[in-house]
Amino acid sequence: MEATVLSFVEPLLGGLWSSIKPVWPLIWTLLRIVVILIPLLLSVAYLTFWERKVIGWMQVRIGPNRVGPWGLLQPVCDGLKLFLKEIIVPTAADKKLYILGPILAIAPALAAWSVVPFAPGWVLANVDAGVLYLLAISSVGVYGIIIAGWASNSKFPFFGAMRASAQMISYEISMGLALITVLMVSNSLNLSEIVNAQGKGQFAGMGVGFLSWNWLPLLPMLGVYLISGVAETNRAPFDVVEGESEIVAGHMVEYSGMSFAMFFLAEYANMILIAAMTSVFFLGGWLSPVGFLPNGFHWMALKMASILFFFLWIRATFPRYRYDQIMRLGWKVFVPLTLTWILVVGIWMMSPLSIWK
Amino acid sequence: MEFKTLLFYIFSAVTIFAALRVITARNPVHAVLFLVLAFFNVSGLWLLLQAEFLALALVMVYVGAVMVLFLFVVMMLDINIERVRQGFWNNLPLGALVGLLMVGEMAVVLSGRYFGLASLPPRNLPADYSNTKELARVLYTDYAYPFEIASVILLVAIIVAVMLTLRRRKDTRGMRPVDQIAVKARDRMRLVKMAPEVESPVVVAKEGEQA
Repeated sequence: MEATVLSFVEPLLGGLWSSIKPVWPLIWTLLRIVVILIPLLLSVAYLTFWERKVIGWMQVRIGPNRVGPWGLLQPVCDGLKLFLKEIIVPTAADKKLYILGPILAIAPALAAWSVVPFAPGWVLANVDAGVLYLLAISSVGVYGIIIAGWASNSKFPFFGAMRASAQMISYEISMGLALITVLMVSNSLNLSEIVNAQGKGQFAGMGVGFLSWNWLPLLPMLGVYLISGVAETNRAPFDVVEGESEIVAGHMVEYSGMSFAMFFLAEYANMILIAAMTSVFFLGGWLSPVGFLPNGFHWMALKMASILFFFLWIRATFPRYRYDQIMRLGWKVFVPLTLTWILVVGIWMMSPLSIWK
Repeated sequence: MEFKTLLFYIFSAVTIFAALRVITARNPVHAVLFLVLAFFNVSGLWLLLQAEFLALALVMVYVGAVMVLFLFVVMMLDINIERVRQGFWNNLPLGALVGLLMVGEMAVVLSGRYFGLASLPPRNLPADYSNTKELARVLYTDYAYPFEIASVILLVAIIVAVMLTLRRRKDTRGMRPVDQIAVKARDRMRLVKMAPEVESPVVVAKEGEQA
């Protein structure tokens, strides 16, 4: 793709090209980052809109419909409002950390996207340790919440921070263990290769590729990964971190304007990331479900959209978990289940019945 | 100057600064956060050494889990900074000794060629060289037993730490989530069949009372 862009850019710049050439790799990387981030932030904006609409319909309401045709300009309005509001820093807050909190929440949420493959070759950094990078970066995201909660110097944010640190660490473990089975069957840490490995197999040869994706042999792990993903992003029914009926809004109580919007953006960017990860690890990424349709980005987008709809659906359907039940589910149900399944997959792979040879 | 060299100097400078602030910061929470920063930059240095598995594991394990729990504990402690600083001069000689020892050991490691230690790994690795695979191969073949023993020791440590602090009080009223989840609607609610309309009893006003 770089060669195509270069063939346009070089004649356009003419004599200037020789002076730009040394920094071209930097410009090219920045361009690709922008190409990933702008659609991402747009989807975050319209995911909030879609969420309000979907939950509205599920609760027999209409949802936002005042601004623009069918309310489509609502996210623009919300964004503008948040931009213009004053950022209030409480007097007793630790000012530096108070500002750092939202930044640390959004930075990992965006940085994780650098290894996500959208289609063959459509990836910013095709690194071999992609899964490790994802796990490492997403585990840093909890700092934003903890620092925000502590720096606010207020009771409810602090409770939110405490709950967040316990919950996110617990579910990271089951998430990581669920991914181990994926690594075992795909024999790679590279995300593109994990997708390609799902395109091989008996069913893929028969033209029903969706049966050879990881979701079928690793079905319990798909469940564990999705539910842990909901818990990792602190979404309902696992939203005790910001449970409005108990601790108002948790770590976000003292934040206003854009500093609040940062947390909001981070939460939705993480949701989309979990959706992308689930489709890459379990649902075959950009692969087409049936042989006669072409592979491509549209399949990835479709899979991500369905998983995002699942996120909204369970938010409208389930009541909030109680705190001890969250801990029980993470440690006493998911961790033993994933450990058992690792054993099962290991034995399966070594047995003559292995389907991954 | 190569770009990598520049990165090395940035990472090292930030690491040293953060490490210094860990011991000089007055607020323990700030000190922990500086330690996190130091870990992060060390991970960057390891990436420059092409040890991507170790670098990412450092972020994942230390930054992502260990330091979060550390922060969790430090935030909840109400530490009196003046009292913590009291023993500073008394402990200085011992601390300096330990520090010097560590510097000496590092010097031995870093000048390994001079002291005739094993030769350093090759500088230019092939592009398809997988750090993770190499590490796993050694870990699960040559060092399988030490690895297993180390993990069992850690497991024992976890169980011991839990058992040491586990006290079950007799007089607490707890709930069992298992029972709560297993509950069915019919355990809690009974549907009674009855006619949709019931004739309301006629109230007869007694004598002397006003209806």
